[in-house]
Amino acid sequence: MSSQPTNVVIAGLGGQGVLKASAILADVAFSAGWDVKKSELHGMSQRGGSVSSDVRFGERVFSPMVPPGKADFLLVIASDQIAVNWAALGRDGLLIAPSQIDESALPNQKSINVALLGVLSRYLRFPVEAWIAALRRNLPEKLHEVNFQSFYLGRGEGPDDQQTSSQDSEETDQQAMGRAIEP
Amino acid sequence: MDFLQQQDALALLSGDEAVALAAFEAGVKLGTGYPGTPSTEILETFEKLGGRAQWSPNEKVALEVGVGVAFAGARALVTMKHVGLNVAADPLFTVAYTRLDGALIIVSADDPGMASSQNEQDNRRYALAAGVPMLEPADSQEAYEFTLRAIEISERWQLPVLLRMTTRVCHSKTIVRRGTVAIPPPHAPHFEHDFPSRVMIPAYAKPAHRRLRQRLAEIAAWNDEAENVETRDGQTGNGAAENGQAGLNQLVSGSKSLGIITSGVAFQHVREVAPEASVLKLGLTYPLPLEIMRKFASSVERCVVIEEGDPYLVEGARTAGIEVEGKPESFRFGELNTARVRRILEGDTTPEPKPAPGKPPALCPGCPHRSVYAVLKELDCIVAGDIGCYSLGVLPPFEAMDTLVCMGAAIGVGLGLRHSLPPEEAKRVVSVLGDSTFVHSGITGLVEMVYNPPPSGHVLVILDNGTTAMTGMQEHPGTGRTLSHAQTGKVIFEDLARSVGVRNVHVIDPTQEPEKFQKLIQECLDLPELSVVIARRDCLLATRAIREYERCHEQPAN
Repeated sequence: MSSQPTNVVIAGLGGQGVLKASAILADVAFSAGWDVKKSELHGMSQRGGSVSSDVRFGERVFSPMVPPGKADFLLVIASDQIAVNWAALGRDGLLIAPSQIDESALPNQKSINVALLGVLSRYLRFPVEAWIAALRRNLPEKLHEVNFQSFYLGRGEGPDDQQTSSQDSEETDQQAMGRAIEP
Repeated sequence: MDFLQQQDALALLSGDEAVALAAFEAGVKLGTGYPGTPSTEILETFEKLGGRAQWSPNEKVALEVGVGVAFAGARALVTMKHVGLNVAADPLFTVAYTRLDGALIIVSADDPGMASSQNEQDNRRYALAAGVPMLEPADSQEAYEFTLRAIEISERWQLPVLLRMTTRVCHSKTIVRRGTVAIPPPHAPHFEHDFPSRVMIPAYAKPAHRRLRQRLAEIAAWNDEAENVETRDGQTGNGAAENGQAGLNQLVSGSKSLGIITSGVAFQHVREVAPEASVLKLGLTYPLPLEIMRKFASSVERCVVIEEGDPYLVEGARTAGIEVEGKPESFRFGELNTARVRRILEGDTTPEPKPAPGKPPALCPGCPHRSVYAVLKELDCIVAGDIGCYSLGVLPPFEAMDTLVCMGAAIGVGLGLRHSLPPEEAKRVVSVLGDSTFVHSGITGLVEMVYNPPPSGHVLVILDNGTTAMTGMQEHPGTGRTLSHAQTGKVIFEDLARSVGVRNVHVIDPTQEPEKFQKLIQECLDLPELSVVIARRDCLLATRAIREYERCHEQPAN
């Protein structure tokens, strides 16, 4: 039987870019050649209510929904939604929350969803170029620069730091994410 | 669209997008429908791909237009959410008797768990009740392929076909490989008189009903044929995305001790939870392939049916004398997921963990509906409400909506309350519905109000925010713009109300003039006459787009 997929739950409030963030992540995984499924509920949630989106990728994904308590990563854009989504997170899962971002350094408060994807990107073995390409594909051109900056802020490195920091980030990967799958 | 520009055959698409792509590739002449979660994106995507798509006033009209397209020999795609099929049920049941020259595909997007609906009816019952073949895709690959297969079936048997999807198929994105199903090109549209096939007077409808049952028997036999059961290795299973063309029905070989019959997205949960089980996944679920089911059930020690919603497959199997195990009644409610499927298989009926309550949605800050509800609450009105963003008026801080049943019901229910309540209560009753909802099903209610007015009169408030906001800013006949935002004929609500005989018709911006609005409502309530108040102010989220559309019309490109 194929290995278990990587499960990511992205949560927040309507209007915060939850679905955009999950679209970008799904695009990165799809472009890397994985089987991918992404699922969420639209509708009433768009009126400022709680929103969450499930992204699963791996050799083979069946259910489009992350089973309760099986999220490897819970990325929450609104701090008050952490408790609401806590049950999604697996025992060895990792919470990614706004507190991990220096919000004052964000070029635009609205791009915090992408900054948190930057944090997530540290733990997933997709090359930074794949993330940048997915941001390009999923956002209008006038928002590219702001979101690249936000992504790098979350990732903890600038575009020029890649050469020097790649060694470090690989070590971080191995320590924190034994289960992250090799592309 | 991005995925059409890609030369690569693979794309990550939602089920809705996959249906649209297949319809476009199949040369569907016209897509019609009414917006409704989770179906809305089908027509929007079809239009973006270059197809011709139209929003109709409601699903009944959308289906009737589709019937005409198919009578002309062309291919029609008609989309709606599950409750929309109730509205379209009248044409559905009789078009099944007719002979189509083209194809008629009706998409019913069901919402088990009611993520965004007023009920969780299981529209597989409609296929059975109306006698319409039904396909149930389990992911986007199947949504793509089954749309094409549905067109093929519709043209082969000259019948409408129901493509029954659910929220998790419509809105989940999964990988689609294009070009996996080849179907014949569409016919050239033409018309030939054929009275017995298309004029359902009793003399022609009696033989037509027999003809329908005959065709359904043929389809049932065909569904049981081996060509429609694809056998898959349990180790790889569900290889749709990698292998292309999934059979209409799939048999995943596995353990003899546990066999599972399933359909739709439940198949995905089953494969994840019980990878060792033998699985019969049904795609053409009306008429059912009963002999395949019988053979499968007798080949395993325990045969469990895992299906979302009503026990449709269970009842179908048992009626045919096939012994299967169903799910406990508690799993009839809500969506299934892997945890619930595990419980069903283990016979675990202990209380399920309740999900943590999230933040409920609310009317946007600055939403014009807020101004209306503040007044209705202040005046202690009894509010017969309706379906749209403004349904949120029932929640705090307003708590100013007393009834919600179905599209357009605000008017009829309001009138019924007025007819029955004691005078002091009757005069506080107000019917409230949105602009798109008014066009959908409120116009006949307006006529009822004029025809059978209550002694106390009545007050109808149309919340006209210039868009179908709830489903994501779709146009409707009251905006004067088509699905693709081009200028077209416009229904003027105030003119319509006056023309049917309402004398007190007012148009007001409730946000700009809140005091005047409150005074107006009070006056209308005090009057034992009929009043229509159009509370007109564009939805905040749509204002910019509306301004842009209007600017484009004023300055046509040369």
